[in-house]
Amino acid sequence: MHGWIQESGLKKKKLMFEKEKESIGITGEIAEDSYLEKKYSRSSLYKDALKRLRRNKLAMLGLAIVIALILIALFAPLLAPYDPIARIKADSSLAPSSVHLFGTDLLGRDIFSRVIYGSRISIEVGIIAVGISVIIGLFLGALSGYFGNIPDTVIMRIADIFFAFPYILGAIAIMTVLGPGVINIFIAIGILGWASFARIFRSSILTIKNKEYIEAARALGASNYRIITKHIFPNAFAPIIVYATMNIGTAIIVEAALSFLGLGVQPPTAAWGKMLAESLDYIDIAPWMMVFPGLAIVITVLGFVLLGDGLRDAFDPKLR
Amino acid sequence: MNDNKLLEVKNLKKYFNLRSGFLSQRFSGSVKAIDGISFFINKGETFGLVGESGCGKSTTARVILRLTNPTEGEVIYNNINIFKISSREMFKVRREIQIIFQDPYASLSPRMTVGDIIGEPYEIHSIGNRQERTKKVKNLLKVVGLNPEHINRYPHEFSGGQRQRIGIARALALTPKIILCDEPVSALDVSVQAQILNLMSSLQKEFDLTYLFIAHDLSVVKHVSDRVGVMYLGKIVEIAKSEDLYEKPLHPYTMGLLSAVPIPDPQLERQRKRIILQGDVPSPLNPPSGCRFHPRCPNAQEICSIEEPQLKNYSEDAGEHLAACFFAGKPI
Repeated sequence: MHGWIQESGLKKKKLMFEKEKESIGITGEIAEDSYLEKKYSRSSLYKDALKRLRRNKLAMLGLAIVIALILIALFAPLLAPYDPIARIKADSSLAPSSVHLFGTDLLGRDIFSRVIYGSRISIEVGIIAVGISVIIGLFLGALSGYFGNIPDTVIMRIADIFFAFPYILGAIAIMTVLGPGVINIFIAIGILGWASFARIFRSSILTIKNKEYIEAARALGASNYRIITKHIFPNAFAPIIVYATMNIGTAIIVEAALSFLGLGVQPPTAAWGKMLAESLDYIDIAPWMMVFPGLAIVITVLGFVLLGDGLRDAFDPKLR
Repeated sequence: MNDNKLLEVKNLKKYFNLRSGFLSQRFSGSVKAIDGISFFINKGETFGLVGESGCGKSTTARVILRLTNPTEGEVIYNNINIFKISSREMFKVRREIQIIFQDPYASLSPRMTVGDIIGEPYEIHSIGNRQERTKKVKNLLKVVGLNPEHINRYPHEFSGGQRQRIGIARALALTPKIILCDEPVSALDVSVQAQILNLMSSLQKEFDLTYLFIAHDLSVVKHVSDRVGVMYLGKIVEIAKSEDLYEKPLHPYTMGLLSAVPIPDPQLERQRKRIILQGDVPSPLNPPSGCRFHPRCPNAQEICSIEEPQLKNYSEDAGEHLAACFFAGKPI
């Protein structure tokens, strides 16, 4: 009985298939099984990756943090109960309460509002500085990996110099030369970060460059530009997305460190690193001044790292 | 001269230079992947090129397509020496010479849909507008026996045989005159191999194609080829019509290869005496002196290690049966 039902189901499917074949006017043999099997599961590699990402709970937590953070940064003026730089003398150094959720600092500024506004600087630095790194890194990495020889040697030796230099020290040096300010932070972090992107991109290009589909494109007469943009970029891009996401976290930490050292964002603008520096002398009497901006940094970086981890697993499930 | 020649390879050489050292990059020898081979392919025929892996078959295809530059020699296509022309002129020639690759998993970009892959030749050569291209791609899918509705699928959704069909469709897109087939079936299951070979031969009739068919499987080559060239360590050791080569092989290497083809009859298989070649293929970095086959040849004599035999015609009728052996035809 059972077998018969299954069989008739299969027959029905085959019949449907035959009809469809006729309707589009095909004669001759077509591999039928895979046609039936895969008819309803059209998928690209990016879609597959997204599907895997959605199943990863930690990564979704990271994504939630990142999205929340971006929303907070965008709508800071609506969310903050007070002006982040307005000083209310009478409210100096108040502990957290229902009036001032995170307390106030020495100058009577609302820490909750300042933490909210501080997210703007962190997100800006994270995205723009890493964006600069990615652009420089992709360009030089592509040159290096695709053309090899002299460009490769020169670019990779310069990258080695950047790797040899301690990140924070380099950032301090550049900031000292350029002077403090948000835009200079973008430049400093952006310039220091390109080397890893160039190396990652170069290595993925090296593995892809000798694949047969590149030779096929070349046999068709495709130009170098076309091969790089249409064939190599889409196939080499996944590791860049992963590394960029994780690197945003690092960039945020470096910005905080620079601001902490007084080289980054200048007062009275609210920045988490700066707030930590200002709280330094009052840790024992007013710990809330330090705890909340510190927590904000930790949660933000954690969000980006979790998301990056999840993306890596999603793009390459074999790695796990 | 014979006007029928579509492609002629003359004394083609490709050496890969090895360099060692970190800074100085000293020249430290060269791998002679192809060392002076000559053959021609007539219009409409299938020329098989066989040999063990590493003997330079695939390199030959890549050099003919100018994917790598030759060290020496000429490739003449339609009376044009394709190494002498500018890249702009080569761009036009590329429409007429196409390639099918061995590995259907590596020869299709995983991030492009089938429509993009097969349509790319049209895009590169600016043929037609978007709608015309889609129509042509669908038509090509039909021609190679795939469902035109699959145009938006990605390669990983297809089986090996289906992928190879996609590769064939891409090669056909520009209506080439000659297709270089670099082991097009050796990565496939035997049952699928037959399908693909049948497809290729029906396409040959339909589109009046010429094939250079590279393979290491002699039974496959016998099935499809009109003429066959046997390569050993970057040299051609024998060229003949397919029937002649299989009936009366002259070079001991060819005899050895043929003897390795199993006969699908257990009784015959048990009775026949097999020639088993001893040893491995020597390194092309340091090939043997004289005849390159002499260390493995059961017929080798002193002269074989001193002098290099040239290709000579041993045909008994007016045809052509070339072999490079001092003792051509001597049974082993």
